[in-house]
Amino acid sequence: MTDRYDAIVVGAGHNGLVCAALLARAGKNVVVLEANDRVGGAAVTREFAHGYSVSACAHLLYQLQPEVRKELGLSPAVAAGDLQTIALAEDGKHVRLAANGVEGVSSEDAEQYRRFRKRMTRFADLLRKHLNRKPPRLGTKSRGDLFSLVRLGLDMRMLGKNEMQEFLRLIGMNIHDEVTERFEHPQLKGAVCLDAVLGTHLGPRSPNTIMTYLYRNAGNHGRMDVPKGGMGSFSEALAHRARSAGVTILTGMRIQRIVVDNGRVTGVETAGGETFSSYTVISNADPKRTMLDLVGARHLETGFARRVRHFRSRGNAAKLHLALDGLPTVAGLVKKDFEQRLVIAGDEHYVERAFNPAKYGKYSPEPVVEMTFPGFRDESLAPAGKHVMSAVVQYAPYGLEGGWSGASKQAFTDVVIGTIARYAPDVASRITASELLTPADIESEFNITGGHWHQGELTLDQFLFVRPFAGASQYAMPLDGLWLCGSGAHPGGGVSGAAGRNAARTILEREKQA
Amino acid sequence: MNRQEVHQGRLKSPFHSCLEKLDSVNEWHQWSGYSSPNELYCSDTEYFAIRNSTGVFDLTPMTKYRITGPDALGYLNRLVPRDMAKVAPGRVAYTVWCDDNGQVIDDGTIFHLREGEYRLCSQQRHYDWLLESTAGFDVTIAHETEDVAALAVQGPTSFAILSRMGLDGLENLKYFGLAHFDFHGAELLVSRTGFTGDLGYELWIEPGKAEALWDALFDAGKLHGIRAIGTHALELARIEAGFLAAYEDFLPADETVRTGVSRSPLELGLGWLVDFKKPNFNGRRALAREKREGSTWRLVKLDIEGNKVAHASYIFPNSRASGDNIGFVTSAAWSPVCKKNVALGTVKAPHGKPGDTVWVEIYYQREMHWNRRMAKAVVVDKPFWAPARRSATPPGLY
Repeated sequence: MTDRYDAIVVGAGHNGLVCAALLARAGKNVVVLEANDRVGGAAVTREFAHGYSVSACAHLLYQLQPEVRKELGLSPAVAAGDLQTIALAEDGKHVRLAANGVEGVSSEDAEQYRRFRKRMTRFADLLRKHLNRKPPRLGTKSRGDLFSLVRLGLDMRMLGKNEMQEFLRLIGMNIHDEVTERFEHPQLKGAVCLDAVLGTHLGPRSPNTIMTYLYRNAGNHGRMDVPKGGMGSFSEALAHRARSAGVTILTGMRIQRIVVDNGRVTGVETAGGETFSSYTVISNADPKRTMLDLVGARHLETGFARRVRHFRSRGNAAKLHLALDGLPTVAGLVKKDFEQRLVIAGDEHYVERAFNPAKYGKYSPEPVVEMTFPGFRDESLAPAGKHVMSAVVQYAPYGLEGGWSGASKQAFTDVVIGTIARYAPDVASRITASELLTPADIESEFNITGGHWHQGELTLDQFLFVRPFAGASQYAMPLDGLWLCGSGAHPGGGVSGAAGRNAARTILEREKQA
Repeated sequence: MNRQEVHQGRLKSPFHSCLEKLDSVNEWHQWSGYSSPNELYCSDTEYFAIRNSTGVFDLTPMTKYRITGPDALGYLNRLVPRDMAKVAPGRVAYTVWCDDNGQVIDDGTIFHLREGEYRLCSQQRHYDWLLESTAGFDVTIAHETEDVAALAVQGPTSFAILSRMGLDGLENLKYFGLAHFDFHGAELLVSRTGFTGDLGYELWIEPGKAEALWDALFDAGKLHGIRAIGTHALELARIEAGFLAAYEDFLPADETVRTGVSRSPLELGLGWLVDFKKPNFNGRRALAREKREGSTWRLVKLDIEGNKVAHASYIFPNSRASGDNIGFVTSAAWSPVCKKNVALGTVKAPHGKPGDTVWVEIYYQREMHWNRRMAKAVVVDKPFWAPARRSATPPGLY
């Protein structure tokens, strides 16, 4: 007979750790079981070449919710804080974007950008409130659901009549239309488009890419930080908080199945044959993996199983890591600019053209790239005098025609390096090692079905009331004792902690009602 | 299975030539892509064949799915609310299946043909739903409607006819049982099932042997009053038996647009099919909630005074028809065999308990002029027609 835990959390991603820590704070005996050998899920630091380390998947901290920060007393050490975004231009006349201003554009563009950011910040703040509570279910008679629905309506109304109309107009709209209406400068348009589509299977002309832009800004008003020691050190700090709250964290524990007995979950079984018992199992794994692989469709109802299978979760963002024996040369940049975030996003058409082939299972011949050089202010990541580059590259579809192989990965790596070389001609000569993680690699390394940043596409049909799907929007799955706490649940991905925190609060609240 | 060819136009059942020979009114309708007779000469005569001798109905258009594989039982137990583990090989189970909201998609019968091998029969097509339900199960669903010719042989003399046809041992076949026989070198499946509430059987055979089976059957039945029948006669018989028909007494839940117009098994008087001891089946959570909180609707069988048929009548709690109605009639008929004015209807709970009196508002036409009448109706518990011979084993040699 094994010990019975008050709760088992499947997966030590940041949301799993946040959820576990908050439950332990409320007096629960919680165990977290992680398949990989280190905690953090997709927020980890690891070596990719001898002496060179990077944040292997997520590499910037910008969405960590203030509530999570406060409740768990987190203050991540920052190597480079409040990053600027430098949108590269081939002629060296780059555009520099900050949260509230932009340099390198006409005064008209600058004024438009200031207004744009003001409005987006206002709307993102509205959204943020609702990302940090469980979303209402539609069509129930529950007073809680009605109340939060009324709050959502009221919050919108409080924007004032005109702004509410704008909010409703913009929320389903695409970013392309908005940037072409407002801005002239190509790099400015491209950079804003890139922020809207990063980590999604969407192009600037895809619907609701203003919503994804808002989502990105709904944490810290768009402030981006590079954590010291990479994202892994943030996860370690989080795990430390959880452990000191009494959570047991066991790594190298791959869950084989979530045990269902007589219509409710009773625990989990690991690949190694170990059993952990609990009447509460909280899965930080993605909804498909949780419901179809770990639980099994036979324990679900047909309609629900259909919704799980149809959950869109095919990733389109790859990660490229380069070990560099020196910083590359970029016309128009000085050395200290390499602590900033550099993006290659041409203009709004460049981003859309990059997306086009991905719709048909091909990678972009001219990809969009978000580059950081985290070793610039952090000696722990590369040998003295050397550097690492961590880049998010789009688009690299999960379902590449013919599949991802060594050859196709090499070919895409060459494409990306060729693209970077248009701005940094000497980059190839600086490279001593490289690593490309396609969505397929992200799937297998981080156990995310489809290798999608958000565990599932962030679109209005998979958002708020219907995230991940109708009938499961409040973390509770239609199987007694089973919960989701990962980014596949409301509100979505990014290292925000919101899903984990909301799930923990919902579980505790439900317990109080029972 | 992969069907390359898409049939265009109406299909003809393998019994079509047999039916055509007997047909004198040329009244056909479309049923699941097949031509099916409304009546062949006179629906009254055909009806009386069911009740007094034997009526033969071409059942081929009935949708049939073969369900096989190691997980067939587990699959069915998740699909339907009834406990299929209790249905032994050689038995047939009537059941409904529901969506996640506990609303009835359709009703039908599941034949446990041989250990782990099942056939599901229903009036409507459900391939999509059945395939969707296979996720997580090692099971194969084959649509075999066109591969099986079927006849319903219903009426008091049906056993005598089939015995005369040479089906030895049929006397041991119990109500809702099935047995395999040899017919001209082919396997003939006989089940003691039907849609008439009377003694009767259903015969299932490969299409190539259909005409021979028909001839053998009608040969044997010559002195037992055998008659081919159409849908009108069958419809009357099924109302007397209190059986439900999709699109009449309930709407398939997957075809409704508005909420509140579909029905749960509890609302259709089929609570006995729902086994809450099973940990998971489609609709379980919703049905458990409904059982706790109470149903909205209740199916009623009505014994109505007078002889004016209560087609589509509103149902009221009192004779003045004041205030809101409490429901409406879904199927109605004058029952010749019961000599009763009967109907099936749906009323809002808590109305409609057995023994309750309600009032139906009947509109009827006499020489073009419309008349209205409030008729008193008693809610009855049992089917209007359920003779002992229906389930007697061995059956009578009438």
